[in-house]
Amino acid sequence: MFRYVTYRTLKSLPTLLALAVITFFMMRVAPGGPFSSNRRVPKEVRLNIENAYHLHDPIWEQFWRWFWGVLHFDFGPSFKYRDYTVSELIAHGFPTSLEVGLWAMFISTVLGLILGIAGALRRNGPIDYTAGAIAMVGLAIPIYVIGPIGQIVLGLHLQWLPIAGWDGTWPYKVMPILTLSLPNIAYVSRLMRGSMIETVRTNYVRTARAKGIGERKTILKHAMKGAIMPVVAYLGPATAITVTGSIVVETIFGIPGIGRYFVDGAISRDYPLVMGVTVLYGAIIILANLLTDIVRGILDPKVSYE
Amino acid sequence: MSDLTVPPPLGLPGEPAEEIPVGLSPFRASLRRFGKNHLAVVSIVILVLIALACFFGPMLYPEDAELGDFDNISAPIDLFSIHPFGTDEQGRDLLYRVLTGGRLSLTLGFFGALVSVFISIAYGSTAGYLGGRVDDVMMRTVDILLALPFIFLAILIKIVLQDSGLHVFGIAFDGPEASVFVAVVVTLWLTPAVIARGQAVTLRSREFIEAARAGGMSQFQIITQHIMPNSVNVVVVYSSLLVLEAILTESFLSFLGLGVQPPDASWGSLINDGAGKIDSDPRLLILPSAFLAAVLFCLNYITDGLRDAFDPNER
Amino acid sequence: MLSTRTNAEPVAPGGDARTVLAVQDLSIQFKLPHGWVTAVDRVSFDLKQGEVVGIVGESGSGKSQILLSLMGLLASNGRCSGDARFEGQPLLNRPPKELDAIRGSAMSMIFQDPMTSLNPYMRVSDQLTEVLIAHQGKSASEALETAIEMLDRVRIPEARRRVRFYPHEFSGGMRQRVMIAMALLCKPDLLFADEPTTALDVTVQAQILELIAELARDLKTAVAIVTHDLGVIARLCDRVIVLYGGRIMEQGTIDEIFYDPKHPYTKGLLASTPRLDEQVHGALKTIPGQPRAAMGDIPGCPFEPRCPIRVEHCKAEMPVLRAGAGGRAVACHMSES
Repeated sequence: MFRYVTYRTLKSLPTLLALAVITFFMMRVAPGGPFSSNRRVPKEVRLNIENAYHLHDPIWEQFWRWFWGVLHFDFGPSFKYRDYTVSELIAHGFPTSLEVGLWAMFISTVLGLILGIAGALRRNGPIDYTAGAIAMVGLAIPIYVIGPIGQIVLGLHLQWLPIAGWDGTWPYKVMPILTLSLPNIAYVSRLMRGSMIETVRTNYVRTARAKGIGERKTILKHAMKGAIMPVVAYLGPATAITVTGSIVVETIFGIPGIGRYFVDGAISRDYPLVMGVTVLYGAIIILANLLTDIVRGILDPKVSYE
Repeated sequence: MSDLTVPPPLGLPGEPAEEIPVGLSPFRASLRRFGKNHLAVVSIVILVLIALACFFGPMLYPEDAELGDFDNISAPIDLFSIHPFGTDEQGRDLLYRVLTGGRLSLTLGFFGALVSVFISIAYGSTAGYLGGRVDDVMMRTVDILLALPFIFLAILIKIVLQDSGLHVFGIAFDGPEASVFVAVVVTLWLTPAVIARGQAVTLRSREFIEAARAGGMSQFQIITQHIMPNSVNVVVVYSSLLVLEAILTESFLSFLGLGVQPPDASWGSLINDGAGKIDSDPRLLILPSAFLAAVLFCLNYITDGLRDAFDPNER
Repeated sequence: MLSTRTNAEPVAPGGDARTVLAVQDLSIQFKLPHGWVTAVDRVSFDLKQGEVVGIVGESGSGKSQILLSLMGLLASNGRCSGDARFEGQPLLNRPPKELDAIRGSAMSMIFQDPMTSLNPYMRVSDQLTEVLIAHQGKSASEALETAIEMLDRVRIPEARRRVRFYPHEFSGGMRQRVMIAMALLCKPDLLFADEPTTALDVTVQAQILELIAELARDLKTAVAIVTHDLGVIARLCDRVIVLYGGRIMEQGTIDEIFYDPKHPYTKGLLASTPRLDEQVHGALKTIPGQPRAAMGDIPGCPFEPRCPIRVEHCKAEMPVLRAGAGGRAVACHMSES
């Protein structure tokens, strides 16, 4: 068991490393930097500043210097927000993003499972149709369309919730979290529904019925165990979707999380910030995939620990 | 085409006996199955109509539709006026904006998907057919790229390219459209490449490949003439999904402000615009959103239909 | 291969033993895209305590569906009609809750493919004990002990250790033993077996059949076994029902059917089975033609297209199953009985 976990963890490290390398080199390759502004800076001043940022050291040194910093959670100074280091900016915005993201993951998993199971058990019933409609919307319409529409309907017309903004209280949290969770609700519910339908048709569920243990136990004990596996496997990609979506949601609803920093940094060429956030997000996704893998290994008896 | 029918297989309880006319290639048979899916066919029709509107509609406008009509700022929707959907706060006709935005979105989407399909089939087929170390290295690279959050990949590429001044074959790669295009393609080709590789692996152990080798075909010939065409079935299902993803990715980037820049517009950037002006003029958001949503719905139904009709695993 | 039973096992008890299962005019239909089709048409038979009855027929003859409908496990697009009683209790079209009381306890079933019929995500111990806990109210530890005893009885070595395994950790033959153990835990009066050996190696088949025969004898369980393999019938059964196209063609005791078949289909089946003790001259005998789908709806005899002794009348009218002495019956216009 321990070996399984260790093995899986080790396998994800190269990916993390690759992420760091690719991010770094792409940023270095990109022209422009803190000096792409229109002001013409005298050459000596520019050279001084560039040296201060170590921009003329050999590229490997630069990478190593940056990577070493990353390992210590030091991402260097922000190009744009001159008074802050990237780490400070991230520390500032991360808790908010984390809260919204975790809530969204929780809701999408729970709600998705419920809708999927209910839909599978009473096919073509009212719950199934509702779940299907929600899934259709969540799957087909991107968050950056749903979000603003929600803002119009719930915020502008009905005035039930504030349109945007953030002060840590629930009225400001509801719409962003719901919007962010919608795509995954759609995926999880469809996935669970299909998986459930398939599982209920298997021979072993038929055997369970033949044993007279009762329909409820048959579904909850026998069918569920098999049906839930695809959903567990999906949680890794679900995290990626949530992370990506959080960028949009933070932008639309004006939430001070790192997603917003990321976009701003991308637009204003604040490379250390972009790199830092990219590595962080990437690490989260890789970690989520790792966890999913491990949980699957635990739940599926056919996976051998090696 | 003769009317011979193969006798229906034994219909076990719960399975319908299917009659397939003899002489139909698997591709044509799948095409027929697709044709029976009304939802998918209607979706294609709608999609084509929208595409036609986007490409030819703007031509019906007078030449200065780009500029604002300052007599009619923020005109409301009035289907019988010269501005059927109204105008925005600069007096630009909204319908015109949405249609030209559609041109860009659809073009980037379709061509992005097309190029991705080619790259992925070529890459995947080669890796799958050659096998061994080459396959290992090639697919490991894909694995790593896949593990990266793809949006970041897209954004990074976009940032890198946009000011790079890269010119290849006289095409400027630093324009916002081109860089979005590259970003879209680079993120899109990965998953179909894995699929294509899987298909190639299955195919390479089939007898007709052995026969081709015995007949002296070069590996390149085998890959291009046997492996790649036989991946059609599998890839067809994916191609519409790719178009969907391409359009989504482009709109996403444009929405964030990392895509096309004004005065050019795509649906994504229009939505971004409109999102910022919700309280003053919701129409600016709703119109491009509606078009985008319609196209996405259609593509979804088409993808489902293609999968039902073409995917061998679903049969 | 045919080899009749060599050990002198007592033949099924005579007419005074109680009737465990009484099936009367059981018909099963399925809803397909083009309408309802009849898979089983008015099948009637009885099972007495301790008897082993074999239902033999080709794939698609509807034989498995008979067992499934009696257990209330018919697919959702199927419907059944007729009358079937287990020890006097009606079985067909009952609410599942009612059937749950007898399913798994007084009446149980073993299925064809033990790999897919056992839950791959649950330990064998859990799958066994849940039957005991549900039906006999045993505690978890008591149930486990009983389960281990049963595994011993079906000759799983090191039962105490192996009971905690998952199904995929057993071999095919052992999995089927687990299934058998599971079905017999509550000592049922009636056991349904749907092609229990079809998915197994030939060498293992004989062992499994021996096991079923032995346990059924010990527990005095009546067995209805469905198979297409005459060898299985020969080893296990006291009586045989020959099914074709969803209808009974012939039924009788095992000796009657094997040594004095009256229906052309039965004769064809027996003739096409190679025997170890015969020389094969020329080509193997077969029954010409193919079975068709959904033959339950045609007016005439379903076997008619392939029958060597058919006449015009056979196409028009379905022959009645004429009962002779002692449960012997044939459905054929051309038979002498």
